[in-house]
Amino acid sequence: MSDFDLTKARETARPMPQLARQGFEARALKSGLLTGLTWLAALLAAVPLISVMYLLLVKGGSRLFGADFAEVLTGLPPAGFELGGGIGPAIVGTLVMVGIASVISIPIGILAAIYLGVLEPRSRLANTSRFLAKVLTGFPSIMAGVFVYAVLVIHWGYSAWAGGIALAVLMLRTVVLAAEEAIAQVPQRMKDAAYGMGCTRTQVIWKVVLPTGLPGILTGVLLAVAGAAGESAPLLFTALFSNYFISELSEPTASLSILIYNFSGMPFPNQIELAWTASLVLVLIVLMFNILARLIGQPKV
Amino acid sequence: MNAAAESTFVADPYAAVGEVVIDCQVNKIFYGDFLAVRDSLVPIEQHKITGFIGPSGCGKSTVLRSLNRMNDLIQVFRFEGSVMYHGQDVYGPKVDPVLVRRYIGMVFQQPNPFSMSIYDNVAFGLRLNRFKGDLDERVQKALERAALWNEVKDKLKNSGLSLSGGQQQRLCIARAIATEPDVLLMDEPCSALDPIATRQVEELMLDLKKNYTLALVTHNMQQATRVADTTAFFSVDISHGGRTGYLVEMGPTAQIFEAPREQLTKDYISGQFS
Repeated sequence: MSDFDLTKARETARPMPQLARQGFEARALKSGLLTGLTWLAALLAAVPLISVMYLLLVKGGSRLFGADFAEVLTGLPPAGFELGGGIGPAIVGTLVMVGIASVISIPIGILAAIYLGVLEPRSRLANTSRFLAKVLTGFPSIMAGVFVYAVLVIHWGYSAWAGGIALAVLMLRTVVLAAEEAIAQVPQRMKDAAYGMGCTRTQVIWKVVLPTGLPGILTGVLLAVAGAAGESAPLLFTALFSNYFISELSEPTASLSILIYNFSGMPFPNQIELAWTASLVLVLIVLMFNILARLIGQPKV
Repeated sequence: MNAAAESTFVADPYAAVGEVVIDCQVNKIFYGDFLAVRDSLVPIEQHKITGFIGPSGCGKSTVLRSLNRMNDLIQVFRFEGSVMYHGQDVYGPKVDPVLVRRYIGMVFQQPNPFSMSIYDNVAFGLRLNRFKGDLDERVQKALERAALWNEVKDKLKNSGLSLSGGQQQRLCIARAIATEPDVLLMDEPCSALDPIATRQVEELMLDLKKNYTLALVTHNMQQATRVADTTAFFSVDISHGGRTGYLVEMGPTAQIFEAPREQLTKDYISGQFS
């Protein structure tokens, strides 16, 4: 007798389908287990940042948010057994060198991205240049320091310039690739519209492509800045360190990351505490750029 | 096998009635080695709407985009022939294609407003030409002519991309006419729009032809009968292995649709094309 015997009532012909969840079926158990694992993995991925932030706030927060925060942010680093002191020169030095790196890498990076994204996307030069920028992404950051050391520092000594240039080498790849991506995403029909209005190629780039791609470009730029602010290896070979505020760009310059490296190895509690504080300040600076990048990158309605 | 299917067929030239603004004579249009369009004479008459119809791949968009040198943006594009615009060949050696496009504007298939405010979209071309007069007034006038002013007058600062598809297309038309071009080329301007928006754009076209000259590519034959004064029917010749488009017949719209001379035209408009 067929399942579809229409002469009988349905209930007697076929069993009622069971739709309720069977709690301890093997399939349901496996599904629950895997869901739990992904949940755990997602949690683990958040652990490093949260625990580092927690540690930094506990160890460095007391000094940064304490009564003498002004001295910490503006004071000179303390000597041997001296108490108090601050990380002012390192903050200024980091900002100055990141500034130099930005002034060098952002214009070059965006202009290169215009070439790669709009002018000659498929030319041999563009393909080579894009490939090299991608290779540079996996380039160890210390090599940027060694390179600038060999080319500049040997002749002219340690300086903020050298530090800035080393950071610029590292920023360039991020700026180029992010800006090219942003520029390539400007729809062809918007460019067509501009050409159809009688725009020259320069006007299309200035008035349509760059303004439309700007959020993406700025996101890339800010991520590059954040990355450069946290670099230590390239500065080791190029800017070295200084205990004083920067007075000339051609002299050794303090930076937060090198200060952390120096002070954390010292046997004095005051210096070690300042290293923690400097770490917190550095992470806050990097975090600020990252959050800014996210805010700017969000599409505006 | 009728005459028009042979690769040597050339349409009878259409004797224009009014003043011809653009006299387009295509000998050959190539993309690289590929012959896209051959032997087509398409005069565009002043203050009229010239409709281009035909099956996909027949080269009607290619011909339209050749009129203001939009195809120059495609590197392998090559045009043989002439496009006489007020006595000057648009493809002449000294002609700047950028200037051509300021006189011969374009509206595209997909609405393509810039990602900026409604006001800035319309003012774009005026600013481009360093317009010195009252910008607000010109923007309003262009939006009024594009039948969009009442819908957007309270939100000129909103993004052009926030509008609906039909509004975006009318915004693009407003942007194109703000600089008062002489000729407006429209490449399937309604294919991305719903019937209501299509109706609005069609009414707009009929209104615009009082001041401008329009050329319109459309897949929609009813649209051609509704708005076009003159219709050019293109077809594509695939019998010899290539895909070369050519003009089959051009004439007053009523004649093309009611008494076509060519069998191919008759088949196409009655839906019997192979």
